Amino acid sequence: MNTASNEVIAEFVDVHRHYQMGDNIVRALNGVSMQVTKGDYLAIMGRSGSGKSTMLNILGCLDRPTAGEYRVGGRDVSRLSDDDLSDVRGREIGFIFQSFNLIPQLTVLENLEVPLFYQNRVGAESRAKAEYLADRVGLGNRLDHRPLELSGGQQQRVAIARALMNDPLFLLADEATGNLDSNTEKEILGLFDDLRRDGVTIVIVTHNQTVAGHADRTLWLRDGQVECIVDNLAERAAGSAAEAGGHA
Amino acid sequence: MIADLMRTVRLGLKSLMLHKLRSSLTTAGILFGVASVIAMLAVGEGASKEALDRFRDMGVSNVLLRSKRPEETQASSSNSRFSINAFGLSYAEADRIQGLLPTTTVVRVREVVRGVVRGENWSSTITVGTEPDFLRVTNMKIREGRWITPLDLHNQENVCVLGESLARKLFPLENPMNQTVLVGTEDRFRIVGLLDYQGRAAGAAGTTYDECVFVPLSSSRRRFGDTVLNPTNNRFENIELNEIKVQARDGGEVEAVANVLRELLLPKNGSSVHKDKGDVEITVPLELLQQAEASKRMFNLVLAVIASISLLVGGIGIMNVMLATVTERTREIGIRRALGAKKKHIIQQFLVEAGVLSALGGLAGVALGMAVPYGIEHFFEQKTLILPPHVLLAFGISAAVGVVFGIYPAWRAANMDPVEALRHE
Ligand SMILES: Nc1ncnc2c1ncn2[C@@H]1O[C@H](COP(=O)(O)OP(=O)(O)O)[C@@H](O)[C@H]1O
Ligand SMILES: [Mg+2]
Repeated sequence: MNTASNEVIAEFVDVHRHYQMGDNIVRALNGVSMQVTKGDYLAIMGRSGSGKSTMLNILGCLDRPTAGEYRVGGRDVSRLSDDDLSDVRGREIGFIFQSFNLIPQLTVLENLEVPLFYQNRVGAESRAKAEYLADRVGLGNRLDHRPLELSGGQQQRVAIARALMNDPLFLLADEATGNLDSNTEKEILGLFDDLRRDGVTIVIVTHNQTVAGHADRTLWLRDGQVECIVDNLAERAAGSAAEAGGHA
Repeated sequence: MIADLMRTVRLGLKSLMLHKLRSSLTTAGILFGVASVIAMLAVGEGASKEALDRFRDMGVSNVLLRSKRPEETQASSSNSRFSINAFGLSYAEADRIQGLLPTTTVVRVREVVRGVVRGENWSSTITVGTEPDFLRVTNMKIREGRWITPLDLHNQENVCVLGESLARKLFPLENPMNQTVLVGTEDRFRIVGLLDYQGRAAGAAGTTYDECVFVPLSSSRRRFGDTVLNPTNNRFENIELNEIKVQARDGGEVEAVANVLRELLLPKNGSSVHKDKGDVEITVPLELLQQAEASKRMFNLVLAVIASISLLVGGIGIMNVMLATVTERTREIGIRRALGAKKKHIIQQFLVEAGVLSALGGLAGVALGMAVPYGIEHFFEQKTLILPPHVLLAFGISAAVGVVFGIYPAWRAANMDPVEALRHE
């Protein structure tokens, strides 16, 4: 059972990202093609050095492919100017980082408003939205707190709320639970599950099998290429079927 | 737009509050720069205003010739103990000047020290014998009654006009008009006019025209004569005129008039009676005014150099701390870029922060710079003058310095690679 519709919101078409290192060329991404459809929950995995971070940077419009096309919402963004890429990040993408990356001198509310500030959309509406989202991640009473007054799990909840402020096409999470203990990790993964149920598209980069297990699909990278894409839903169905069979 | 800027300013303040000590130390350069400039300007303005006002009061189209007591030599003082010491300007010279310079107004002035008495009240003051043109040449105003007329002069009338302070002193309760005062011991003068308050120095040193009584020149000569006893050395002195005020038709002619008079009375080459005797001095208020203005310009130039240097030093301090800030907050820059900030937003943020930093220093500098002149005025009795445009300028420049010296750090911040910035520890 796949809740994803067929609308493609992010697409790699033969994407290359090469780094010149002296006389050598490092092919961090070497012809990657893949699609993220609306409502998708995709995990990207691979060994260290396989190209995960490089792929994340391009997915997040922080970096551009050396060759190939990256489409966001049907629009090729691989050759946009720095300013236009900033706009795409600000409008279409919601970032969640391993180390939360809240701005320490700002309150929770102000942190939540940062993405809209750069869209000139700060006002009564942004405040209402920040309050709503803070409520949704369970921190409605912490709007005036500073990040350092919050626990790691709470900070990451704020970061998730911040990522949702601009109604992005998809959330892009980089080892979102890497700095959290296992209980908190469960909470955050549960929050992702809730969001996904509400139709939010999520892409996570991780090397943690448990984290990836929550996703619908896992894309495995190896030496800058897609090794395989595993359909976790099918596996889970098969697994539970086998279990059921064993009991029978 | 304004709301945006306010938001950015608030953000800048918050970021600066993260390092209170560092921020305040950084602003010290700007603070003392601005404070010293404002204080020095205030002192300079005060001093030069005093000088300029004094010279302007003398009349910028006037040339003032004054008699002065020649330096007494040992021989002259002992030999002539009982002889009359004659010196200074004469009626004949005044006539000659009028003849030589027909377009000028020549005003003769005789000053004698006399007690002026009205009932219980009296004042030992200067009785100024002069002519009708005196009023126009000195640019003084009559408050009540009239000034000395040609007829008074012709008839040697015993009429007088009182300076403002003198009138108040002699007539604390009644109206002085048409009353009489006793000048010296036997001469009664009828008061025909009262002067407005002038607040300016009289020709004779150490007094103002407000304290003087004015009488027709001819009456003064008739009643008091040219020869008077100088009480300071107990010698008789013969002076016809203490001062001749020569007014040129306009400011442009002053130089020429002054040259003629110098050539006549105190020639640069050759000799003259007055030059040999040293009993006449020539004052050209316009020249003094120009000198004062020139030295004020020089003062301002020096001040501008000092200001530039201190602001430069302050600016470098700001730049230094902003570079450190940008490095420390590399991560924040990466976050903001990831959340949609364009380069211009980052530039704006750090420029505003630098501007706020130096404007705070400027503000403190303005406060200190305005306090110092008060202290100077209080403790040193030196006039100071704080001009609002100077304060605004100093403050504006200080804020601008922050922005200018913030450009490079802000540019560095904006041009960081977002990926690298996010990876920064
Ligand atoms: N900025 C860079 N300059 C040069 N080589 C790089 C750079 N970033 C990544 N690489 C190289 O590209 C390859 C993929 O790196 P990365 O995407 O970070 O892999 P992962 O995140 O899966 O560990 C590695 O061999 C790495 O050394
Ligand atoms: Mg990596």
